[in-house]
Amino acid sequence: MFAAFLQYLFSGLTSGAIYALAGLGFAIIYNSSQVINFAQGEFIMIGGMSSATLVASGVPMPLAISLAMLISMAAGIALEKFAIEPARNSDVVTIIIITIGASIFMRGAAQLIWDKEFHSLPAFSGESPIAVMGATLMPQSLWVFAVSGVVIVALWWFFNRTMFGKAMLGTSHNRLAAQLVGVGVKKVLLASFALSALLGAVGGIVVTPITFTNYEAGIMLGLKGFSAAVLGGLGNGGGAIVGGLIVGIAEALASGYLSSAYKDAIAFVIILFVLFFMPNGLFGKRGTDRV
Amino acid sequence: MSLLKVESLSKEFGGVHAVENLTFSVEAGHIHSIIGPNGAGKTTLFNLITGVYTPSSGRVLFQDRLVSGMKPYELAAMGMSRTFQNLQIFFNMKAIENVMVGSHLHLDRRFLPSLLRLPTVTRKDRECRASCAGLMEFVGLNKYLDADAASMPYGALKRLEIARALAAKPKILLLDEPAAGLNATESREIDEVIKRVAASGITVVLVEHDMKMVMGISDQITALDYGRKLAEGTPAEVRENPDVVNAYLGAHA
Amino acid sequence: MLAIIIASAPLGFSNTYFYDVGVNAMFNAIVCVGLNLLIGYAGQISLGHAGFFALGAYGSAILTVTYGVPPIVAMLLSAAVVGLLAFVVGRPILKLKGHYLAMATLGIGIIIHIVLKTESKITGGPDGMSLDNFSMLGFTIMGDRMWYWVSGVLLVLTVWLALNLIDSPVGRALRAVHGSEVGAEVVGVDTSSYKVLVFVVSAVFASIVGSLFAHKNGFITPDIGSFFHSVELVTMVVLGGMASIFGALIGAVILTLLPQILAAVEQYEAMILGAIMMGTMIFMPKGLLPSIVSSVKRLGGGR
Repeated sequence: MFAAFLQYLFSGLTSGAIYALAGLGFAIIYNSSQVINFAQGEFIMIGGMSSATLVASGVPMPLAISLAMLISMAAGIALEKFAIEPARNSDVVTIIIITIGASIFMRGAAQLIWDKEFHSLPAFSGESPIAVMGATLMPQSLWVFAVSGVVIVALWWFFNRTMFGKAMLGTSHNRLAAQLVGVGVKKVLLASFALSALLGAVGGIVVTPITFTNYEAGIMLGLKGFSAAVLGGLGNGGGAIVGGLIVGIAEALASGYLSSAYKDAIAFVIILFVLFFMPNGLFGKRGTDRV
Repeated sequence: MSLLKVESLSKEFGGVHAVENLTFSVEAGHIHSIIGPNGAGKTTLFNLITGVYTPSSGRVLFQDRLVSGMKPYELAAMGMSRTFQNLQIFFNMKAIENVMVGSHLHLDRRFLPSLLRLPTVTRKDRECRASCAGLMEFVGLNKYLDADAASMPYGALKRLEIARALAAKPKILLLDEPAAGLNATESREIDEVIKRVAASGITVVLVEHDMKMVMGISDQITALDYGRKLAEGTPAEVRENPDVVNAYLGAHA
Repeated sequence: MLAIIIASAPLGFSNTYFYDVGVNAMFNAIVCVGLNLLIGYAGQISLGHAGFFALGAYGSAILTVTYGVPPIVAMLLSAAVVGLLAFVVGRPILKLKGHYLAMATLGIGIIIHIVLKTESKITGGPDGMSLDNFSMLGFTIMGDRMWYWVSGVLLVLTVWLALNLIDSPVGRALRAVHGSEVGAEVVGVDTSSYKVLVFVVSAVFASIVGSLFAHKNGFITPDIGSFFHSVELVTMVVLGGMASIFGALIGAVILTLLPQILAAVEQYEAMILGAIMMGTMIFMPKGLLPSIVSSVKRLGGGR
């Protein structure tokens, strides 16, 4: 009984951590630009695919991983520079279509550069499962937890302790103030896309040994990340992390106890339920419209 | 007879009282002005009266019916209409269509007849278009009859909001800083429009910073400061009130 | 004028393949005209309309095949159920704004898609379902040519209804909701009811076209309800031009034809499609038709 529960919890935490990273990516971009980047999932895919294929072609793992992160960041920067920046003042719907167009473009490119097959990455430290109170835990899951934890702490440090990070946060609250301390909005935007792409890539890389990846892997991961971000309240970093974990765990429990076919639906059921009662997510700002 | 009564009305935002224990009433047929420095709670008061916000405590009575907690559209149906300090124009529509939305409550709003363009709908629509053109002339917007709202200057949009509010055929009209941002000539024109509105039998509640206008056209004035009532009375009485002179007029003098 | 274009287009059709594409384009156009009422005119968004389309299709399939209900009754019954569903979920959902609304509608679409895929006892699951021709009063719609004329008439009818609606008290109230909700409320427009109304109307449009599509194709799979199809529909509306009936129509036609043309360069299809979506939105954020109209005005008017 308990062992099964623990097993589901482990798998939920693993995917939840990835959703949390994706959700943070949404939150960072949303904070600096009020844009929801529907191409976030593609960053995850690009990270996973490039590291997997690089390793497969004989590049040493650490180098492959660094390259994969760079490739993903380059994609993020290119997206901002060529697609978001020129459309800064458009409607929400227009920008949504642009980022969806970008995601279709990136998927098409991935299909061309790589192929339609599934790719995998060797686990970072072996495949011998660890027994924990009757449940088993793959070492790679520990990697996922540890890396996500480190990334989250690093982000916290970046946004609260470094000048540039504070300025990035500042921009979301007050554009003018950020400019006064000498941080250009354009630079912040670029940085937010690069950072989100990096987060996506990290998630994609650490999870690829477990789930494998292909050119379409980003779609669902991106949507789950979006759910995590909305669940926590758009623009709220901590909320995105909690949202990601909730979605991941709920999914694992639902597929274990209810039906694995409805695994992908559960995230959206939770979202709808929460939004019915809390229109701004769990930790979102409750603003009153000024008229 | 009091058309509108506000009784010990309060509104808090996160512990801050925007409006605190406010009581006053507006007589039918009057032009009643609300004055006070920026942040005195005037716009919040309007939002409370018209149902945009729900009061934290206290009540609002309109035609002796308890209306606090009702939705703005329900209040509109009872005969209350307003304009906004920050324009709430339908920029995606033509100017005259903005006014026609104002007469929404007086048209055939059933879905199927609208979908099938039944003669009953089109006839009323034609009449409505004509009467709305009349309202635009009434507020001095003759030259914008065919304009897109998005192409109109600020001063004209302020009047467009008044025309839209009038199209709802209100018993009471709340105007939130109708002259803000206007030059002297435009202010005087708005002044004329308000007088004509009042003359047509509509009770007017006015929030305005332009003291010359307020003193010139008001029957009754309520002065606010920090969400509380500072003074009330006729323009002459309020002008003499030492608290008002201190808190508000003094700052300008 | 639209009627003339539809009637004269077949002159250039050399084989039934053109009719087939033409029917699909017009089906999409009908859905988009409905969806544009929601997105372009009332200023809301839905990333889940393919779900309503799929429910219409499956409603018709299940009712006609499993229960032997006449197609027209099945279509109307499905539309009624979809309308009811849209009404029930619309109330709470349409209180949401912007990205939250996008998320909620997206969720509804995905849930419908997954249910259709999973409940294979009823829907046949991922393998799909076959169904018969659409017949009514002893008359059967068969073949691409006949479907072409039927969908042409329906499209003209839809455009006529939509044009009527936007220039009526109801339509003005809808557009006012887009312009300023509070501005509309204070003159008596019950904005939440109008949002629900237009959501239901657009869902019913999608459902009816879904039913017709199912009969015409003779075979449906759950993927007609996928997130990608929802995105496709929204893209048609936005690409063609929001708040423009003919814009939505043009968007639908272009995005139906595009994959047919791009099929020639199969490998690059997705990349080109993505690039066109981005490019159009960046350089013509108002959509094709409004952008073209305004630049023609600028050139011609010189005012």
